[in-house]
Amino acid sequence: MGHADKHRIGDLLQRNWKTLVTALPFIWLLLFFLAPFFIVLKISVAESLIASPPFSALLDWSDGGFPSMTINTDNYAYLWEDELYLRTYLNSLKIAAISTLLCLLIGYPMAYGIVRTSGTTRYLLLLLVILPFWTSFLLRVYAWIGLLTDQGTINDVLLWLGLTDKPIRLMYSEFAVYVGIVYSYLPFMILPLYANMEKLDLALNEAAGDLGAKPLTAFLTVTLPLTLPGIIAGCLLVFIPATGEFVIPDLLGGGNVLMIGRLLSSEFNANHDWPVASAVAVVLLILLVIPMMLYHRVQSRSTNAQPSAETA
Amino acid sequence: MKRRRSILLISVLCFGYAFLYIPIILMIIYSFNDSVLLPVWGGFSTRWYTTLFNSEEIWSATLLSFQIAITTATFATLLGTLAGLALARFRRFRGRTVFTGMISAPLVMPEVITGLSLLLLFITLQQLIGWPGNRGMTTITIAHITFAMAYVAIVIQSRLTGADQSLEEAALDLGAKPFRVLIDITLPLIAPGMVAGWLLAFTLSLDDLVIATFVSGPGSTTLPMLIYSRVRLGLKPDINALATMLIVIVALGVIIAGYLIIRQQRQLERDRQLAATGE
Repeated sequence: MGHADKHRIGDLLQRNWKTLVTALPFIWLLLFFLAPFFIVLKISVAESLIASPPFSALLDWSDGGFPSMTINTDNYAYLWEDELYLRTYLNSLKIAAISTLLCLLIGYPMAYGIVRTSGTTRYLLLLLVILPFWTSFLLRVYAWIGLLTDQGTINDVLLWLGLTDKPIRLMYSEFAVYVGIVYSYLPFMILPLYANMEKLDLALNEAAGDLGAKPLTAFLTVTLPLTLPGIIAGCLLVFIPATGEFVIPDLLGGGNVLMIGRLLSSEFNANHDWPVASAVAVVLLILLVIPMMLYHRVQSRSTNAQPSAETA
Repeated sequence: MKRRRSILLISVLCFGYAFLYIPIILMIIYSFNDSVLLPVWGGFSTRWYTTLFNSEEIWSATLLSFQIAITTATFATLLGTLAGLALARFRRFRGRTVFTGMISAPLVMPEVITGLSLLLLFITLQQLIGWPGNRGMTTITIAHITFAMAYVAIVIQSRLTGADQSLEEAALDLGAKPFRVLIDITLPLIAPGMVAGWLLAFTLSLDDLVIATFVSGPGSTTLPMLIYSRVRLGLKPDINALATMLIVIVALGVIIAGYLIIRQQRQLERDRQLAATGE
């Protein structure tokens, strides 16, 4: 390769580097993120077969010439008719919503408390919120088994205090699932709230107080509206993944708690019914599409309009 | 009035941090428990650590997980940096809406959906072009790169949006070619973000259970998959020992990073004071 050629390649790179920078991640995401959803959509309208792979082809080429397309909506009809699925979807949304609210109730005052400190204390407190975020999610859920089982720490304490004379069943209940979700997702609530509050002038709240507003009025009319973007971001970061959560209901809820992530997984891995599992995934995605778009808007607004708020 | 409020805030913080840390502390304490029946204390012992170190299963799963995590982190950082660069610096290009959507969706997408859809993609690809022949390390790595690069992209994007663009503009005005500006000015600017992104991608990959379970094949068991298959059956003291080791490693890393940040912050404040008194 001559010198001139090298220059020409350099020039070419120069001219097209913008396209190159964009194209690589774009193509990767198209292939491994977007395309898979269309395959799921496709299989959800196929018929389930006892074969490998266990579903019928969408396009039938056997007629020769034009392929005939069969769209089979039986899987969706099945989801609608079988009460189990409807109940599971509703229960997942309920558990996710209540967990989100609990996270907000604990996380909001915590974020507020962290912002009110300063210097090294603030960094230390923030670090302590981020620390569990960097350790294994699975092991943090596992840690709760030791507290919640019949011979676990919570029951030990209750027995010792004389509040109960025999162990209370805490594991394998909705209560255990709530504890697990709130515990695991709390940092996802605190961090966006902190990032939001950090930029605010919390003295405004005190000014309102000095001007005679009652604490509750000052909070509702000054602090709450200002922190609303943080609240929305935090709630969505908890609510959306919690709805499809699999590990927590499986380890802490067992068979007693209906959640859609667990049902999808068992439909796929135990029953080998791929079309129904795909239909379950499509419906879950449809349920979450509005909160996801909302999150996308909050996310792009905060990264485009404001200076960086790096917390993680 | 003010004091009452601060007492309230302090008690909320105490409660919150107790909630976050008591389960972890108890898990660590019970890793030194001599009893086989986990919730019953049977005296101090380090035998579960011996069991752990002698378990070949654990070692091979750890090795596999680390291999996947290192490859994932490296590729996710490369692709994520390019994506973040595109998002922060190119205002308009074809498909921008789809692109930004694909970057922010993996952050909240339920893992079961990502896992199922990627597995079905791999199966379809295998039928069409015969690749991938076996599911395992390669398929898990591809799946991890896909969701980890979104996190890296967000980190890079927020760093670039926060940074001053005037340096890049000045270089362009002075006649530097855009490619040189990218290499000489933008890249050093985002280097700390790339380090943070690499670590984040590494941790995310090391931690993932659900997606790996979907896209892995027989014989490829990552560390979370192994842990999960054991703890499903109840408490396991050697898993407590493993958890303790992981937590200690991560805590040390975070403490060192935190110390460096605080030191840097202090230096910055000192510099600022010096600058102020100098005037």
